[in-house]
Amino acid sequence: MAARELRAPRRLRSSNRIRRMLANHLATTAAVASTILVMAPLVAIFFYLLYKGASSLNLAFFTRPPAPVGETGGGMGNAILGSAILLGIASALGVPIGIAAGIYVAEFGRGGRLANTIRFTADVLNGVPSIVMGVSVYALIVLPQKHFSAFSGGVALGIMMIPTITRTTEEMLLMVPLSVREAALGLGVPRWRSVLSITLRTASPGVITGCMLAFARVAGETAPLLFTAFGNQFWSTSINQPIAALPLQIFVYATSPYDDWHRLAWAGSLVLILLIVVSVGLVRYVAGRGVLRGAS
Amino acid sequence: MGVGIEVSELNAWYGSNHTLQNINLRIPANHATALIGPSGCGKSTFVRCLNRMHETNPVGRVTGSVLIGQLDIYTQASPVEIRRRVGMVFQRPNPFPTMSIYDNVASGLRLNGYRNRVVLDEVVQRSLEQAALWEEVKDDLKKKSGASLSGGQQQRLCIARALAVDPEVMLMDEPASALDPVSTAKIEDLIFQLKSQYTIVIVTHNMQQAARVAENTGFFLNGRLVEFDATHKIFTNPRDKRTEDYITGRFG
Ligand SMILES: Nc1ncnc2c1ncn2[C@@H]1O[C@H](COP(=O)(O)OP(=O)(O)OP(=O)(O)O)[C@@H](O)[C@H]1O
Ligand SMILES: [Mg+2]
Repeated sequence: MAARELRAPRRLRSSNRIRRMLANHLATTAAVASTILVMAPLVAIFFYLLYKGASSLNLAFFTRPPAPVGETGGGMGNAILGSAILLGIASALGVPIGIAAGIYVAEFGRGGRLANTIRFTADVLNGVPSIVMGVSVYALIVLPQKHFSAFSGGVALGIMMIPTITRTTEEMLLMVPLSVREAALGLGVPRWRSVLSITLRTASPGVITGCMLAFARVAGETAPLLFTAFGNQFWSTSINQPIAALPLQIFVYATSPYDDWHRLAWAGSLVLILLIVVSVGLVRYVAGRGVLRGAS
Repeated sequence: MGVGIEVSELNAWYGSNHTLQNINLRIPANHATALIGPSGCGKSTFVRCLNRMHETNPVGRVTGSVLIGQLDIYTQASPVEIRRRVGMVFQRPNPFPTMSIYDNVASGLRLNGYRNRVVLDEVVQRSLEQAALWEEVKDDLKKKSGASLSGGQQQRLCIARALAVDPEVMLMDEPASALDPVSTAKIEDLIFQLKSQYTIVIVTHNMQQAARVAENTGFFLNGRLVEFDATHKIFTNPRDKRTEDYITGRFG
């Protein structure tokens, strides 16, 4: 009797152990496989771009505007600068408005009609095709002004940034625990001050991620720029003139019949991706410098 | 200097739950007053009514009057003003997780626009010393986050943060519940020292602690103040049968 009672649990135990080990290995394998699946396209794209485009990267590529048809050489210097200006305008517009709307929805208007309207609008705006955004801004800004401009392109991109930023800001603010908000109020800090200096600050890593996502998304957009920034073969820094942009220039080069231009399009794509990686990395580095040991 | 507190006809609700019922009591200035009672009887709710934190709850509602000194806090002042004068240490430690230890303690002053470095340094050190935390954190003041401390250290950090704004009344909701005996003794010492400058209200489940630090003790039960008297009377000769049952451990 006693022996059998002892054996049964031991058998159970060993079969349990094998099952646990199997489940453990299976889960680990699945996790590693998924990671590889996620990484693979990015790595593949990157190496293909390197292979196709790296040979055309030289100083002239970064410092010269495109060469006229028939001449060799030329670069995308003006398009790189143009993209930087467009993204600067877009961020200057999209980041503050997006964050402010997120703060309103999460902190001040929670459950109210205006907050629900903002949330609904943001979700719809997120689904609007980018070409429609381009046409809308064309009708709203380009037509009344009667000329294409960097400004209208920046506005189109900026509007596209808002919904992502608003929704992530809202979600991140709502994740800040009640106890932290109470701590601020309990010190006799006015509500608006506590929202800006405590709640938003506590949520800032997530809010910054949201801004970076929005930035990276619009950095590669071509469609909204077709009818707004339009593109430019020459250097321009005026926000009232048509301006070149990397995605636009890539589009022009890639759809041309010349091999030389195709190579430039590959190089431009490579630079575009690198620029996004560098700017996201830079913001992360700058934002991460202030983080303390043990901060969650 | 501390100021006295006079509570009359105080009622508080969470939604339809009538949590505090007709509380009347007088808390003398520059004394420590202990509040005891079984879990859920309304002690935290009561102290949260003394600095208008209860109304920050979307379903919280209060009626009645609370005088802090001569000031009726519900009709004659803004909540922000009241909370500056009536400091609070919450039941669960709640340091600001993204701020350093130093910034946590300085936060009350800074968020109200105070910037003078020398004074801030001084206040931070004094507050941390009073809260018996200075020795443990003085080398990491600006390097470590408030959230990286142990639970008991976080509670003392919150005490220091509340002291730094120099309130007149200090509400402490179980400030020592997460502390070891040595830190608890330090906090009790602190309460002794603070009495000369502040009026202290301390919620505690530890009767010995109430007996050690508080001149007066109030016993809450089911949202009512059953008995309020000198601490030694409550513990040796309570008037109410329920108080006696509670302190002798027959329920609660
Ligand atoms: N945020 C809240 N929302 C709704 N009801 C609440 C809330 N906080 C407390 N209550 C209710 O109010 C009553 C009193 O709670 P309170 O926190 O004041 O008790 P307490 O005496 O501090 O208990 P403890 O000793 O466990 O801290 C309880 O019945 C509780 O259910
Ligand atoms: Mg409590």
